[in-house]
Amino acid sequence: MRKLTLTLLLYCVAVAVYASSEVGLKSVKINLKDVGALQRGGKYYVNYCMGCHSLKFVSYSSLAKGLRLEEDQVLKHLMVSWSGKKKIGNYMTVSMSKEQGMALFGKLPPDLSTVARSRGTDWLYTYLHSFYEDPKGRFGVNNTLLPGVSMPHVLVHLQGLQVAKFKKVVSRVGNSEVTKSVFEKFEPKEKGILSPAEYDAMTKDLVTFLAYVGEPAKLERQALGVWVILFMLVFTGIAYLLKKEYWRDVH
Amino acid sequence: MGNMLASLKVWIDDRFPMTKMWDEHLAKYYAPKNFNFWYFFGSLALLVLVNQIITGIFLTMYYKPSASGAFASVEFIMREVPYGNIMRNLHAVGASAFFIVVYLHMFRGLLYGSYKKPRELIWIFGMLIYLALMAEAFMGYLLPWGQMSFWGAQVIINLFGAIPGIGEGLAEWIRGDYSVSDVTLNRFFALHVIALPLVLLMLVVAHILALHEVGSNNPDGIEIKQKKGPDGIPLDGIPFHPYYSVKDIFGVGVFLIIFFIVVFFIPEMNGFFLEKDNFVPADRLVTPEHIVPLWYFTPFYAILRAIPDKFLGVMAMGAAIVVLFFLPWIDRGPVKSIRYRSTAFRINLFLFAAVFLFLGYLGMKPPTPVYTAFAQILTAMYFGFFAALFFISRNETNISVPDRVTFK
Repeated sequence: MRKLTLTLLLYCVAVAVYASSEVGLKSVKINLKDVGALQRGGKYYVNYCMGCHSLKFVSYSSLAKGLRLEEDQVLKHLMVSWSGKKKIGNYMTVSMSKEQGMALFGKLPPDLSTVARSRGTDWLYTYLHSFYEDPKGRFGVNNTLLPGVSMPHVLVHLQGLQVAKFKKVVSRVGNSEVTKSVFEKFEPKEKGILSPAEYDAMTKDLVTFLAYVGEPAKLERQALGVWVILFMLVFTGIAYLLKKEYWRDVH
Repeated sequence: MGNMLASLKVWIDDRFPMTKMWDEHLAKYYAPKNFNFWYFFGSLALLVLVNQIITGIFLTMYYKPSASGAFASVEFIMREVPYGNIMRNLHAVGASAFFIVVYLHMFRGLLYGSYKKPRELIWIFGMLIYLALMAEAFMGYLLPWGQMSFWGAQVIINLFGAIPGIGEGLAEWIRGDYSVSDVTLNRFFALHVIALPLVLLMLVVAHILALHEVGSNNPDGIEIKQKKGPDGIPLDGIPFHPYYSVKDIFGVGVFLIIFFIVVFFIPEMNGFFLEKDNFVPADRLVTPEHIVPLWYFTPFYAILRAIPDKFLGVMAMGAAIVVLFFLPWIDRGPVKSIRYRSTAFRINLFLFAAVFLFLGYLGMKPPTPVYTAFAQILTAMYFGFFAALFFISRNETNISVPDRVTFK
């Protein structure tokens, strides 16, 4: 019995280790209070992402507030409009129709308003570093984090093109051997405009911006929370003294 | 001025039992003086219920119950509505807090035998509240119309389809459609904001009325009404107001500090309170990798998945809840509190608590063969608790119960 328990425990540990090794996300430490990073990230987003990916729950006016920009600056530099009608109350939509998206990518590029909340910032950061050359891909690239990705590597001229090295791993499942190709590492193939450090910084800004966009009220919420909890501490202190006073005569 | 108020009071009391009700339920409701930590959770459950109703009313002012508008309206609340972000987080975290508080409240009942004669009806009303709360939470979870809302509802409603004969028709009747759709969202909204809150409130009133009829139990499991002073007041009783009203306000303070830390700083609770996949709008063409209900349902979800046959799984899950209703008759021992019960009872109860938590953990995990094997053993142990209790309590060697309550 004890042997069985031990075997089961060891198996659990093995499963846990195996499961965690598969994730392998790069971690990125973002700072939502870094206004410069937010502004740069917003600029990159509008320039490189917003051709396809909308932020349909974000209005330009709230963007101006969040990025500490004048509304004029936003209208002039961050708002793209082909119809010529620029209104600060507009939402950050794109002009791509579902049919166009289907024809170009096989799906409509998703709205990214809440992507930082559904995927997490580490995932986004890793994703932007995981494109590699793959002639079989729709746009000649693939992504280790999202195999079969239907998006081109938009930032390839900045990062440069990299190739992925895979290794063959043979594992036993029951009595049969299974060969899996497991990603090992990236190797640069063509240089980009940015150095690796500059590309890291740029993608970090972009992820910071997306994290902000995921929940614009986050900092405000936390700032208010401090006061609410301070109040509750005082309240609870007084409540405790009151309780003690009333309960003096209960034995 | 004081004179006017006094005559107003008389005027009202002649027409409405205001003072009578105040006395019966607060100022002259005598509660045992030895309530401990575990006795905070009843009033806290009431607090969370009020929180859910108030924040819910404000959310309803901006929420749009339609498949095309629901997700966007929640994002609108989170971004554009002043204090909308806080209202939504209060409501979402409040749902989890409700279950935490209710589970602790129920465990208190198990510890001190609060379900036993003469409090069987209090327990049954409480179980009905728990059922209504589960329905309320399940339907509320569909409303943000995220991926988990949609697929969670899809999976759970499909369970009804496993019932032979009427199953498919029943599932269709619940959805109002062949799959979860705009129609389902609309009726869940109606049930979530009107029908179930009404049922909950009425059950809460019944629960409290039944409690005040027989009087509160206490950590010693002694009936304080058996030892009364010459004035007819229980010797170990103190008026609920002001003693327990001030004590509960202190409890409320401690609870709210913890609650607000979560609401203001970690409302997603790392995916336990707000699941990541629910920030993706519902898409009937894309099934999420793991469809997992929120943590408060996972013990029962683990039981459901442990049984290979779908219909039997549904039956086992139902039985896991229904069996709790019969607890007052399954436990046959005369002694209420765990303080004076046998070691066998204690081990059995703590094992049950551990099994419940472990099942909850397994319900969150993908069903691998090992996890499923564990879930099967634990499911057997879950039901085993009731069987063991039935036999343990028959001829239990108890410790002698004191005459009067104690402070421990």
